Amino acid sequence: MVDAAALEALPSLLRARGYRVVGPVERGGAIVLDELASWDDLPRGTTVELGPGAYRLRKRPDEALFGYVVGPQSAKTWLHPPAVLEFRAERSRGRVTVVAEPADPSPVALVGLRPCDLAAIRVHDHVLGDGPVADPRYRSHRGAAFLIVVDCAEPAATCFCASMGTGPSATGGFDLALNELLDEDGHRFVIEAATDAGAEVLGALATRPVPLDDEVRVEAAHERARMAMGRRLDPGRARDVLRNAVESPAWSEVGDACLGCANCTMVCPTCFCTTVEDVTDLTGDHAERWRRWDSCFTFQFSRLSSGPVRTSTAARYRHWLRHKLETWHEQFGESGCVGCGRCITWCPVGIDLTEEVARLESATPESGDVA
Amino acid sequence: MARRPKLAVWKFTSCDGCQLSLLDLEDELLEIAEAIKISHFTEATRRSQRGPYDLSLVEGSITTPAEREKILQIRRDSRRLVAIGACATAGGIQALRNFADVREYLSVVYANPDTIAALRDSTPISEHVPVDFELRGCPIDKRQLLEVVSAFLADRRPVVSEHSVCVECKRRGVVCVAVLGQPCMGPITHAGCGALCPAYSRGCYGCFGPAEAPNVSALARRWREDGAAPDDVVRMLRTFNAAAPAFRKESDPRGSD
Ligand code: SF4
Ligand code: SF4
Ligand code: SF4
Ligand code: SF4
Repeated sequence: MVDAAALEALPSLLRARGYRVVGPVERGGAIVLDELASWDDLPRGTTVELGPGAYRLRKRPDEALFGYVVGPQSAKTWLHPPAVLEFRAERSRGRVTVVAEPADPSPVALVGLRPCDLAAIRVHDHVLGDGPVADPRYRSHRGAAFLIVVDCAEPAATCFCASMGTGPSATGGFDLALNELLDEDGHRFVIEAATDAGAEVLGALATRPVPLDDEVRVEAAHERARMAMGRRLDPGRARDVLRNAVESPAWSEVGDACLGCANCTMVCPTCFCTTVEDVTDLTGDHAERWRRWDSCFTFQFSRLSSGPVRTSTAARYRHWLRHKLETWHEQFGESGCVGCGRCITWCPVGIDLTEEVARLESATPESGDVA
Repeated sequence: MARRPKLAVWKFTSCDGCQLSLLDLEDELLEIAEAIKISHFTEATRRSQRGPYDLSLVEGSITTPAEREKILQIRRDSRRLVAIGACATAGGIQALRNFADVREYLSVVYANPDTIAALRDSTPISEHVPVDFELRGCPIDKRQLLEVVSAFLADRRPVVSEHSVCVECKRRGVVCVAVLGQPCMGPITHAGCGALCPAYSRGCYGCFGPAEAPNVSALARRWREDGAAPDDVVRMLRTFNAAAPAFRKESDPRGSD
């Protein structure tokens, strides 16, 4: 247990250990993840009201520091960044030398991640952290990162982690976990370390034992949060529905509504696709290779020598939804969706994947077991 | 480099803003002058050399019979021809006249309308001659211009993405103004500006014209649901790229279903 006032030391403790400290701050009308210069930068007394294609900041009646849910970014921005210079190449007297760019050496401490964010990091660990396409850059960012999760007491209307088994309380995968309590007994946090690095930082904070009452309060808050989920999705059922719905006429409806703008994939904490761009300068003596976030919603994404393969928006939406909820299981042994609701909130026309699954389910005749 | 490739910069109906982007590349100007021979560029020098040219950058739309002839000659004189800017790639803001009767305007504005030779429509370069590449924007982005010139010098495809502005917006970590309640053209607009307006909390104006495969009617539907009047939607779509087919189809009652 740590009092809210004692936690103010956290950013400087982390910086003293060599971390860039990133956490939730209010900017441009939303709570985003950005440099957290001091504990005072946290959005005190602020909450969010989310819906399909809608995000609004609201005042809270209390002084809570973490009384909101996920924003448009996730750990992905730091662990699998949007633009990476892979290498430079120089040509001199007919010889080409490749200069590899080293991975960013300064490790990041992410403050105020949510349980669904940790689940998304676990998904990325399975895709980018090991296996046949392990990405050394991801591994180095990830290995050095310090993760501080805050359990959710008030899910948003777009949240469905409880049904996906990824929240609203974290069960592992963090260095430190916080549960915020704010009542007549004061403003305080139940704090827990799960790693040596976490325990070391915890040891530097002024802590006291957790009263039994507070343990009960945290449990009750988790239970209330589980009951307050705005949406639900059964991952096993969704997988079956999508298997049966490949040829469903219902796809054309979402194809008509979807802008193909790619916002859903950009904000999705598990979407990992990138494109590679090679550029040369005017002299042709200097070249650079960049890696940037890409999306299966762009028309050129599936381009082969004869042109793009998925030419309709319906085909692109289907590809995305099936990958998230169906084929990800085959590829990586789990769901590609962690139920964070970002793709619902940040879709400019409010397309909701949980609704699409429900619509596909009712539009597709039950065909029993699939071979 | 054995021989410096010859570059020509041409102007049709336009404001000169796009060709000035070339002069705006202050840090690279010397390098540009070293790598290429500027053979025709009236904004920079009165000296003009004859073709053929290795690369012609063409700004502006075709709006007069004389321009219609001139572009044919430029195409014949140019190994590669790149249309630059909203005028050259979509007809520009002056293509608003395509939605009206130009003869009626002439009779109202000019004392002797007979002395004015104007075509009925303002049209992009690609409607008159084959174009090797179209660089979008009102104005174009000078970094993209440098990339296109570098790519042509190296005989490679320019790295210019055709997806929505939203992709650039999200890569930059800008908070989406559309989801905060402002109409934004970003989801249907071609990338290139780096999400300049959303970065200043303004909706995108569509300067770079339609993105690849834009779903204009779905976005317009959303604006109407949010309370936009039909006129508001038309005004959103009729700016610098009003005559681009994807925007025109939605804003022109004759073109929409
Ligand atoms: S698919 Fe949507 S809800 Fe699922 S993890 Fe991605 S952004 Fe979150
Ligand atoms: S999905 Fe769950 S863990 Fe994620 S923000 Fe919402 S309540 Fe919190
Ligand atoms: S589902 Fe929404 S966010 Fe995703 S591409 Fe379609 S319109 Fe854009
Ligand atoms: S602000 Fe505009 S450009 Fe940026 S993501 Fe939103 S809709 Fe797209």
